[in-house]
Amino acid sequence: MKIELAWLPESQGWDDALEGVRDNNNSDIEKWNALVSLANFNINFIQTGKLDRSAQRIFSDGLPGTLEVKSIRLALLGSSTLRHLVPGIRVAGLRRGMWIEVYEAEYGQYRQELIDPDSELHTFHPDCVCIALDAYHLAEASDLDIKLTLAMLRECWRMAKQAFGCTVIQQTALPVFPDLMGNNEHRLPDSPKTFVCQFNIALEAAADQEEVHLLAVDQHAAVHGIQEWHDAALWHRAKHEIHPRASHLYGDQLVRILAAQRGRSYKCLVLDLDNTIWGGVIGDDGLQNIVLGHGSAAGEAYVAFQRYVQRLSKRGIILAVCTKNDEDSALSPFEKHPEMVLRRNDIACFVANWQDKALNLRHIAKALNIGIDSLVFVDDNPFERNLVRRELPQVAVPELPQDPALYAACISEAGYFEGLSFTDEDRDRSFQYQAKAHRESFLQTTTDMAGYLEGLKMELSWTPFDQVGLRRIVQLINKTNQFNLTTRRYTEAQVAALMEDRKVLTYQMRLKDRFGDNGIIAILIAKLNAEGELVVDTWLMSCRVLGRQVEESSLNLLVEGAKSLGVPRIIGEFVPTGRNKMVEALYRNLGFCHLNTATDGRSTWSLDVKLYLAKETKIRVLEFAGAGS
Amino acid sequence: MQEAEIYKKLTAVFHDIFDDGSIVLQPGTNASNIEGWDSMNHIGLIAATEAVFGVKFYTNEVESLTDVGNFVCLIKEKFSSSQM
Repeated sequence: MKIELAWLPESQGWDDALEGVRDNNNSDIEKWNALVSLANFNINFIQTGKLDRSAQRIFSDGLPGTLEVKSIRLALLGSSTLRHLVPGIRVAGLRRGMWIEVYEAEYGQYRQELIDPDSELHTFHPDCVCIALDAYHLAEASDLDIKLTLAMLRECWRMAKQAFGCTVIQQTALPVFPDLMGNNEHRLPDSPKTFVCQFNIALEAAADQEEVHLLAVDQHAAVHGIQEWHDAALWHRAKHEIHPRASHLYGDQLVRILAAQRGRSYKCLVLDLDNTIWGGVIGDDGLQNIVLGHGSAAGEAYVAFQRYVQRLSKRGIILAVCTKNDEDSALSPFEKHPEMVLRRNDIACFVANWQDKALNLRHIAKALNIGIDSLVFVDDNPFERNLVRRELPQVAVPELPQDPALYAACISEAGYFEGLSFTDEDRDRSFQYQAKAHRESFLQTTTDMAGYLEGLKMELSWTPFDQVGLRRIVQLINKTNQFNLTTRRYTEAQVAALMEDRKVLTYQMRLKDRFGDNGIIAILIAKLNAEGELVVDTWLMSCRVLGRQVEESSLNLLVEGAKSLGVPRIIGEFVPTGRNKMVEALYRNLGFCHLNTATDGRSTWSLDVKLYLAKETKIRVLEFAGAGS
Repeated sequence: MQEAEIYKKLTAVFHDIFDDGSIVLQPGTNASNIEGWDSMNHIGLIAATEAVFGVKFYTNEVESLTDVGNFVCLIKEKFSSSQM
């Protein structure tokens, strides 16, 4: 498996952006912020090297004190070449807003440098020493004797702690040796492969006794395959135990430990609901129809993800929910769905409304009294992810894979919640936060929605109903509950009949943006009545595109349609169903005049076509011929 | 893969590894013409070339990679043998 930082967003245009940072005349702080943001993409080891060279060049005299950036001095002690690992370490520091100075001891000289008070290592005086010995060296130095090897390491750890009072990190042994016997290799005395396995186990206890942290490279190699991490040819050629193509991840793993120690790990996992912890949209599909639990592979995958999240909560990660839903429908699975693993009281802060998510995340951080920079926001929808990345760059937003079965692995690989110990307080933390969290009035919104929408390059294409789109149209008409003004359900035959009716205007609309094609997301049916008015029979939209000006664009289209028929007025109707409260005020907000409200809550509205000024939107609207799918 | 395309991709690798966008590759370009082409960067250069072209150089082949002409020749060979 290829080694990637797959939880970070794709790096299109990255190289040009890096050029921009080098060329510009920006202030130090602007340059620093640009470098930090460039480190937060899914870059490979080559780009990592480039970024590191730029950072080293821009700040060649060290980091200016005005930046107020945490700086860390790290010494790498090894028995083979480690220099190729340095850029990955420094860039991983940048990724977390930390500046790491690395000292690389002459290889094979680690003990001498620790012993000799006049050595360069002593002059450097590190905050952290990382002992990264290759498995060949570990196996040979003691002739495969684990006790001897550990005794030698303990001596090094103690020397480092005594001399510098610093953190010590010990790298585990990489499983580089081939089998001699096979599946039951452990029965063979003097097998180097067995030595590595048993050494790594014994190392855990020894490190715990001495308060040394482990860098578990053997476990990372197990994720991608040892061949990705280690190449025997490169070992013989250049004494690189770890392949350069793994160096960016190696650095990230090492720096996670440094960050965790400085309290820079994330504290709270904020979850979207629909298509994130269950399949489908609760407000539209209803409790019976969301995909969760036995009966489908996807349903089981969501259960497994919830279980992973619950385990995170048990080890001290606070859980919160941030969803675009009515609160009642968002809560219903937590209260009533038999397959839900997560329950309402697992969630310390539950926010369900229709406001933008950046605003809601600010609210969650405030309610829990934690920093915005301790939130990880998990959402399947790229629109929401990128809005949050843009508005709140301090929030970690993993690039979720398409398949819910892979959500847990994605979050785990990102290492947001790196921890170095587990205490009783961790066990109780979620509970404490839940008790503390309280409802607060919302802050003024500062989210720059217009700017964000502008950059989305949205394109709404529409056409009257056609055969190609028919199935999807019928499906939407029969399942949309929330953004649905009248909730009239039609069969395929009835919709087909509407297509033939010359007194009916029909619209199917699809929305594309730079993240892709959202498919058909809105439907309008308007009928000419006996008075020569155009009555909106059906207007519905997928909540996925709420707040993106599709409503305004749709009305613009409808008014054009009315004009082409020479109709003076459009009549809108709202029929309450208990699930479509979110559109109760839609017609008022769009400038319709209220005509009346019946006792059952139905209201009717009117719009004068001649007085209507087309709404301005960030959406380019075009008509396309045919092809609805 | 055509030679021109190999040169184009390889040039980008050189620009990245040696941090110099002005490098123009000739068959005879070698460590003496390029600043920073030392033994350490040589390893990085080979690793990056392998990653960008999706090829693997063998131990006995790496020794021949002393100038750009040899890089191009070997990459071309890898692609023609993979198509057979």
